[in-house]
Amino acid sequence: MTLDAKTLLNYEKMDLLRLTTAGSVDDGKSTLIGRLLYDSKGVFEDQLEAIRKTTQKKGGDDIDFALITDGLAAEREQGITIDVAYRYFTTAKRKFIIADTPGHEQYTRNMVTGASTADLAIILIDARNGVMVQSKRHGYIAKLLGIPHIVVAINKMDLVDFKQDVFEKIKSDYEAFFKELSGEHPGRSSVQDLVFIPISALKGDNVTVKSAATPWYSGKALLDHLETVEIARDRNLDDFRFPVQLVLRPNPDYRGFAGKIASGIARKGQKIISLPSGVTSTIKAIDTFEGEVDEAVPPMSVTLRLSNEIDISRGDMLIYPGNESRCQNRFEAYLCWMVKEPLMLKDKYLLKLATAEVKAMVLRIRWVRDMKTLDKMSTQALTLNDIALVEFQTLKPICFDPYARNRATGSFILMDELNNNTVAAGMIVE
Amino acid sequence: MPTLTDSKTLSHLKQLEAESIYIIREVAAEFKNPVMLYSVGKDSSCMVRLAQKAFHPGKIPFPLMHVDTGYKFPEMYEFRDKFVQEIGAKLIVERNEEAIAAGSSPFKYGVQKCCGLLKTQGLLDGLNKHGFDAAFGGARREEEKSRAKERVYSFRDSFGQWDPKNQRPELWDLYNSKINEGESIRVFPLSNWTELDIWLYIEMEKIPVVPIYFTHTRKIIKRKELLIPWVSHIPILPGDEVKDMRVRFRSLGCMSCTGAIQSNPEVHDLRGIIEDLISTRKSERENRIIDHGSDSSMEQKKKEGYF
Repeated sequence: MTLDAKTLLNYEKMDLLRLTTAGSVDDGKSTLIGRLLYDSKGVFEDQLEAIRKTTQKKGGDDIDFALITDGLAAEREQGITIDVAYRYFTTAKRKFIIADTPGHEQYTRNMVTGASTADLAIILIDARNGVMVQSKRHGYIAKLLGIPHIVVAINKMDLVDFKQDVFEKIKSDYEAFFKELSGEHPGRSSVQDLVFIPISALKGDNVTVKSAATPWYSGKALLDHLETVEIARDRNLDDFRFPVQLVLRPNPDYRGFAGKIASGIARKGQKIISLPSGVTSTIKAIDTFEGEVDEAVPPMSVTLRLSNEIDISRGDMLIYPGNESRCQNRFEAYLCWMVKEPLMLKDKYLLKLATAEVKAMVLRIRWVRDMKTLDKMSTQALTLNDIALVEFQTLKPICFDPYARNRATGSFILMDELNNNTVAAGMIVE
Repeated sequence: MPTLTDSKTLSHLKQLEAESIYIIREVAAEFKNPVMLYSVGKDSSCMVRLAQKAFHPGKIPFPLMHVDTGYKFPEMYEFRDKFVQEIGAKLIVERNEEAIAAGSSPFKYGVQKCCGLLKTQGLLDGLNKHGFDAAFGGARREEEKSRAKERVYSFRDSFGQWDPKNQRPELWDLYNSKINEGESIRVFPLSNWTELDIWLYIEMEKIPVVPIYFTHTRKIIKRKELLIPWVSHIPILPGDEVKDMRVRFRSLGCMSCTGAIQSNPEVHDLRGIIEDLISTRKSERENRIIDHGSDSSMEQKKKEGYF
């Protein structure tokens, strides 16, 4: 449903869906995104005119939708995309943010990045090729990063005459593969729905409207699914976690703890514990620019005032008694290595988790995934795009939850102390 | 056990707001000497409001910096001084005085070079002079294709340059603030906002904006497709038509390089801007002469240190 002035009266009720797309250029990913943007008026006339000109220059006659997502000069020169690009469109129901990840080089690193903030992943499969190893790799990463909703868009259905049996075969193959994966990350953030949609991104079938060419398909068109998939329940409203960002002291009478509610619900009058110190207090007030509120939900940024003066600073985490995070200096985590310089055992890195920072090292690599076969292998070092299960030791205990229970307090990055680069992304197992 | 209701889901604007406040607070917590670039336009107005919210009931704990070229609209200077005073923020105005004294203008040097001197060099000199280690900018990823690949925390070397092929990975909401002496981070808290979000938020929050976003009568130089606001230093070329017109601006910059749009229908309130935005099909930078240099002129400028 496209946006107009009338439907916009509703904008206070519109929510936000973050999605990521996985597939190589040959799977028609750029064409699909281009079409979604075009059909939802996310592309402007002057941009379109430029694209028309380029299409004609290249000898095409209509619009090459893939050009809508064209990137940097450096990329055009090499004919490849090298980095995640973010795209935006709005319909009458939702605002969408697409993390558009390139399909070629550094694939794992880029998809992990795009997946880290996504509520939903679209995995493209070329109907002519069936389930290839890369489609499995995409599913593996989506699941590892705890993306709750997955859409498998079986594309280029026009090239297989919209045959139902082609669609059904891919669907059952992929479902079988997903069952095998179920060992990793069971729990709250595991995949809640796996939906298959037969499409032609090029011709538009089942992208924004249902196609007459697939009478055997009873599900929704892709855009309709994106607009209606239920995401409110994905949030963890059970475990209150408030990583303190900074202490606000504008005058001697005011001392507030500013931060974003990572999960759970902040309530006035609730007893809290500050981790790792363990000191307790009560929420006296929840302040916002608009005034005090009685409760606040994720991902609101608020300021908490407490009933007594206790020593709390950036990096501490406020929680409720009886529902505590773990504070440990040893844990296991999935690690995605993101730079060319290899990870060496026992090298020290700076680990950032929520607002806390601590020095950390990897004691042991339990296994690394061969991203071609998805088999587990043993190794002593990690290199670019490796995904591994490792054992960490930190200099001081750090407070966390398993990633499967809480994406916000179970994820971390590693930074190199010398060149300051972000070298890895991690998800804590326990 | 709490039950889930619709009232516990934040609208997209409230989610964007929460994310931006979080980013602004992260910077205040992790950098020694941040600054907020303030360009007087609609995005700056929003960003400043978000900063007010982030530190309420305190004041914004860092200064605003306007990199001035001397060529902005008179209405912008007037608005700037009033706005900053009203919210009690500290304003720094930096200008590349040397280049201004030498008579830099797009007519003398061309658009690219003039921008390089007055905006990019003015910005870099301003950042260096005060030793700022982080600078907030109001750029949005939706605006332009090179910005679509920009990080929220954009690392810049000691020359302020952006290396698009070698950006730090950025995951979840975990931002890497680590830099060595002389390096800096440009921070874009509005990365995920669109032009429509900005106007909806301005309407919702009743944020003041420069009045020339609305329809007004102005002396205009009509040059082919472009409507250039008349000002004495802009040379009139053969074929130009100079006349009073009913116009407004969709984005604001230097007078010589910001095209007006003919305002039909007339737009006198925020709702009008929003409705027009939904029905028009042209991108907001279309009337910015500055981007027209080449297909990748923004990318080039960013590499040189532009924000």
